Amino acid sequence: MQQIISFFIKNKNFLLFAVLFLISFILTLESHSYHNSKLVSSTNFFSGKIYKVSSSITDYFDLKEQNKSLLEQNSMLLEFQANSTKPTSQKMLDSTLSRNFSFTDAMVINNVYGKTNNHITIDKGHNDSLEVDMGVITSKGLVGIVNKTSGKYARIQSVLNTRSQINAQLKKSKHFGFLTWNTQNPHVVQLTEIPKLAPIAIGDTIITGGNSSIFPKGILVGSIANYTLENNDSYTVDVKLFNDMTNLSHVYVIKNKNKQEIIQLQSNNDAE
Amino acid sequence: MQNNQIFINTVRFFILMLLQVIVLNHINLLGYVNPYAYIIFILLFPFDGNKTLLILLSFLLGLCIDMFSDSGGVHAAACVLIGFLRPILLKFSFGVSYQYNAVKLNKVTFKERLLYIILMVSIHHFMLFSLEVFSLSHISLILKSTLFSGIFSTLLILCILLLFKRKEN
Repeated sequence: MQQIISFFIKNKNFLLFAVLFLISFILTLESHSYHNSKLVSSTNFFSGKIYKVSSSITDYFDLKEQNKSLLEQNSMLLEFQANSTKPTSQKMLDSTLSRNFSFTDAMVINNVYGKTNNHITIDKGHNDSLEVDMGVITSKGLVGIVNKTSGKYARIQSVLNTRSQINAQLKKSKHFGFLTWNTQNPHVVQLTEIPKLAPIAIGDTIITGGNSSIFPKGILVGSIANYTLENNDSYTVDVKLFNDMTNLSHVYVIKNKNKQEIIQLQSNNDAE
Repeated sequence: MQNNQIFINTVRFFILMLLQVIVLNHINLLGYVNPYAYIIFILLFPFDGNKTLLILLSFLLGLCIDMFSDSGGVHAAACVLIGFLRPILLKFSFGVSYQYNAVKLNKVTFKERLLYIILMVSIHHFMLFSLEVFSLSHISLILKSTLFSGIFSTLLILCILLLFKRKEN
């Protein structure tokens, strides 16, 4: 017994190191699994508060740009309102969408885009009825999906994340694929599994598909910059994002009011 | 440790953490190169201080950085590793007698200091990026990030140490 105790005392530094390293390794593994890092995240009170204070200072630097983008959005909405008698297709804030989807505005307080799995922290959480798996966009286009919420803050898994798989399609045909990211460039994401038959041209617009309950159909994503034919007879398309992911400040969180119903229906299908 | 040292190290812990999460994590030189200068805390922790305490504090510091950057436990793992390996690296860089001669980082020769910093930074960064990327097929990305971020961090750490040289005395 004494030998065991003296062994522990003798090697206490190594044992402590081994235990702590194991803990961090488990945390890392957990962050690499699908619904990632629930234990350690920036949505807690402490880091949320610090990010909020620092962003409240730095926000002043790009007020001018923010005003400009708000004006642009306003003019787009006015234009939409003035022409609303005509059926305008593929508008982001289409009136047929607004019945099923509600939008909440939020401020980005921390934005990371230099890593392989990037997250964004915003200043609204489940107190503002935000939930996991809600879509997030800006007036220009797609941003990501909420993957963790706390009372006052929420974390978004951005499209610049190797684990993101967002359903998107070509605007001019209905061929759809999945948005992934190859970590090379924060302005370009990849749209995979587009069938060979699809008519593809550089400059074409990519929008979100209606196949998921997260995003309404027709939210702008980006334009085609380049495409290559893969071995399995499908295209991988480089999509240049309309959004500047390196410079985000105001975002909208989309709530799908019929989500529960859709999920229930789909799980019924699976059961049969 | 004396009270004075406890105070200095506590302040250093928080200042370096805030510097890292508010400023340095957002530099993104060339898209992905960020310096990780917060390990100055581990570099400067009193050489004759308690080793067990250093390992614990390294873990805590890494965990704080992870919390801010949503990276699971990668910083914690890398910090614990260099916290644990520090006595060995100190011996390697400054000779066996570092403990008895009361060596201070700003009193040793530039070559020895550089060797110590480069060793600590490269081990930390390699562990960090290996865990962050977490795939053997991206080994070139790991090495590239380690190299570029390592150079950036080393330069920044040298500059910061130079700037605050007198205070550390």
